[in-house]
Amino acid sequence: MKPVPLAYSARNLWTRKLTTALTAGGMALVVFVFAAVLMLEAGLRQALVATGQYDNVVVTRRAAGNEVQSGIERGQAAIIESQPEIAIGAGGVREVSKEAVVLIAQPKRSSGVPTNITVRGVGAQGLALRPQVRVLSGRMFRPDSTEVTVGRSIAERFDGVGLGERLRFGGREWTVVGVFDAGGSGFDSEIWGDGEQMMQSFRRQAFSSVIARLVGPAQFERLKARLEADPRMAVDVKRERVFYEEQSEMMASFIRILGLTLSVIFSIGAMIGAMITMYAAVSNRTGEIGALRALGFRRGSILASFLAEALALAVLGWVAGLGLAALMQLVRISTMNWQSFSELAFAFALTPAIVAQSFVFAVTMGLAGGVLPAVRAARLKIVDALRAA
Amino acid sequence: MNSLKLILRNALRHKLRTGLTVVGLIVAVLAFGLLQTVVDAWYAGANSAAPNRLVTRNAISLVFPMPLHYREKIRAVPGVRGVAPFNWFGGYYQDPKNFFAQFAVDPVPFLAMYPEYRIAEDELRAFLRDRKGAIIGRKLADRYGFKIGDTIPLQGTIYPGVWSFTVRAIYHGADAKTDDSQMLFHWEYLNETMKQRSPRRGDQVGVFMVQIAEPERSAEIGQAIDALFRNSLAETLTETEKAFQLGFVAMTEAIVVAIRIVSFVVIFVILAVMANTMAMTARERMPEYATLKALGFGPGYVARLVFGESLAIALGGAGLGVALTFPVAAWFGAELGQFFPVFEVSAGTVALQIACALGVGVAAALVPGRNAGRVRIVEGLRAIG
Amino acid sequence: MNVPRVGDAEPRPLIRLRGVSKSYRRGGQIVPVLNGITLEVRRGDFLGLMGPSGSGKSTLLNLIAGIDKPDAGEIFVDGVDITRLGETELADWRAGSVGFVFQFYNLMPVLTAFENVELPLVLTSLSRSERRAHAEAALRLVGLGDRMEHYPSELSGGQQQRVAIARAVVTDPKLIVADEPTGDLDRHSAEEVLGLLDRLNIELGKTILMVTHDRRAADRAHAIMYLDKGELSSAGDIHERSVREARL
Repeated sequence: MKPVPLAYSARNLWTRKLTTALTAGGMALVVFVFAAVLMLEAGLRQALVATGQYDNVVVTRRAAGNEVQSGIERGQAAIIESQPEIAIGAGGVREVSKEAVVLIAQPKRSSGVPTNITVRGVGAQGLALRPQVRVLSGRMFRPDSTEVTVGRSIAERFDGVGLGERLRFGGREWTVVGVFDAGGSGFDSEIWGDGEQMMQSFRRQAFSSVIARLVGPAQFERLKARLEADPRMAVDVKRERVFYEEQSEMMASFIRILGLTLSVIFSIGAMIGAMITMYAAVSNRTGEIGALRALGFRRGSILASFLAEALALAVLGWVAGLGLAALMQLVRISTMNWQSFSELAFAFALTPAIVAQSFVFAVTMGLAGGVLPAVRAARLKIVDALRAA
Repeated sequence: MNSLKLILRNALRHKLRTGLTVVGLIVAVLAFGLLQTVVDAWYAGANSAAPNRLVTRNAISLVFPMPLHYREKIRAVPGVRGVAPFNWFGGYYQDPKNFFAQFAVDPVPFLAMYPEYRIAEDELRAFLRDRKGAIIGRKLADRYGFKIGDTIPLQGTIYPGVWSFTVRAIYHGADAKTDDSQMLFHWEYLNETMKQRSPRRGDQVGVFMVQIAEPERSAEIGQAIDALFRNSLAETLTETEKAFQLGFVAMTEAIVVAIRIVSFVVIFVILAVMANTMAMTARERMPEYATLKALGFGPGYVARLVFGESLAIALGGAGLGVALTFPVAAWFGAELGQFFPVFEVSAGTVALQIACALGVGVAAALVPGRNAGRVRIVEGLRAIG
Repeated sequence: MNVPRVGDAEPRPLIRLRGVSKSYRRGGQIVPVLNGITLEVRRGDFLGLMGPSGSGKSTLLNLIAGIDKPDAGEIFVDGVDITRLGETELADWRAGSVGFVFQFYNLMPVLTAFENVELPLVLTSLSRSERRAHAEAALRLVGLGDRMEHYPSELSGGQQQRVAIARAVVTDPKLIVADEPTGDLDRHSAEEVLGLLDRLNIELGKTILMVTHDRRAADRAHAIMYLDKGELSSAGDIHERSVREARL
């Protein structure tokens, strides 16, 4: 079956520039919303997943939604530290960090509104357990001191956290001695200091969580089974990556469900636009359709030709919409994470999967909008079409 | 033959095209209305706040508690009528997906400052007598089929363990703004149980609800309360209930802003569709417009025909879209009752829907209308569309 | 109908209709248009079809050209009974056997003159360069070799019709059907077009079937048939003889 030359479809789109622009434009907006929502979710996940190492575990009190609401007594922490699955590093030191996580309130630079920030008091091995963290400016806090180092997102977005400035919390003053970069992960939105100092200042007897490195990633199940069954404590043991993924679960799901629902609803509008345009095209070109059929082009070729025109509109819309969405990568969002109650900054992330998904979405819109008019074009009787011309 | 008849008949000439455009408008107006209602629902808490109630919480974060003995000190501040300890319980019923608001409160002062929770006398008395009793909202009772006398077992998260409560009373909200899906129980019961299970967590209050006599003095009284606890381990922050609720919204402000923006995107999508429809229609009818002008009708008349048709379609779609918004919102509210206890379509939203539809109708007709009015008779008669 | 020709050794007619009938449904009623038509057209004929409006002349043309099917009867074109062909086969048959010339040209406005003429060749298995060669030749044949890259909107009515004729002959079909080819043209252009059709018939031996209500156009044909109330009748031998004499 010989197809109608593509130049015919393409030039018809070019001739009716306004209609093509408006129809493709409507589809572009919908593709933009679709892609932006997926990019937001991907950015959120990236920020939080990047936060975890695969061979690290996080131990928190059972059913505590986050580290802030979790408590692990010193005795319990010692038991956890002594487990055989936990790696032993240089100098025979167990690769464990007993951490105290608290929230403080600082005014945000953009709004001046006090917003919660996570402050993490880490153990001696705390830095070693997070290889993705490196110092950007200044230096890391000294152990056993009241120095702190702030994550780059905090440095960018908050007042009062510059190098040399002092923060006041827990009844003490803490000096900011450096800014660290945590590779776009959730730690970028935290302030780190010495764990024992934090415990003392806040008069706590219990740590928030225990982070540890496993001898090997496969040791996880054994450690989890033993600790969770231990009657001396009620804890949850999770891989660090999974732990942080769950932190974003509610928000990520909400974004995805709301966003996709909206995209589908909007796509109905865009599809209707495509349908109106293609019906008009068929109606205006009835004579040409008759001539093509008379010349010997089959019904299937006519169908394919009009579908191709609808698809071309969709692809134009996809390029424009995705292009706009790609620009969103320049934007960084900061909001409160509903599960950890503190500041979380993340970006729109454009992944190859999203490029493909948005393409499929656009093409589906084009096909759905174009199929009925194309069928109408194909079903025209030659004599009727010629007479109507 | 008057203009209106001409406009309507013209609109109906191309039934398929007009029909599709109207469907598009309905979808857009509906989506827009729902999104605006979602944003409103986000602010529902703030809208139900009363000016004579203050909220005292830990200055650092809501997540940190305050000692119970603050109660007497706050009560003693001049202008304070009542103080009620208030803890967010945060448990779930059977499945983590089944969550609803549960509050441990000191019932007498709390109910005194929340008159919008209407409870029958005898039920209230039964509740006050039963330490493990619970008051639940009408919507909550309907959702899970709870009746007076039923036992509700809750799985605690912040307060671990299994907790059992007996339904003693069902409250009705005084108006649509009040959240009917909450559960209240005795703060004393929570405290006693925690002192047994985890002594260090006893006598810890999440938030103090403070009733004041003179709303105009709320800032002054709030500062007086905070002054009491400055430089202690648990400094406080006292604000009006409305400011407190707005604080929650502000935390997820980015999302609210995003939803507002996206709701207007759909309007632009339909604007593109509508503009396309009117452009095509006007272009095809050029010979007719030229004929009308040849007959002596002025350019204004012809332009008005175009605008009239565009507005007729826009208003038709808007009318149906607005009408559909109410049942769809009702369905939404029922399905998402957990996240949005109050989900009402406001008059403001309807006004905005209609305004947007009118805007689309006018904007879509601007260029085609002007072109139709300006068409040169000779050229227009020759055009084949 | 026999049109004796000098040196004509071809006994079998190109087109043979037998008992062809066609009716249409118009507003709930069935209107008979063609009534048991019998007709023979020989290879190389140039036949004019005339008749009052609504007499079915275009219908008859459509049936012979294979773009419509009769209710009854048989239509043989070069030995093939096209009434037995399925829709797809009919399409393929048309592509190779029939050239169309319409009153309103029916060119694709978005394609150039060259591309319009090339269009029927797309249905063949010729290579791109072969198609180019044939299309250019056809355009030169109609005298528009220098206007190949122009769009129809840039050409006059007469020129557009000539492009349409080029398109009609580019696949070297046996039969050319023309439905009111001069209906939309001024006298000068009409003369050009008719002259072209004449040349195609005499120089290239194309069989031409032309529906027209223009007496001048009909004069160019070598024979005229009248269609009235669904029945066909010949014009009269007077006309045929004069044409024959003119050619001799």
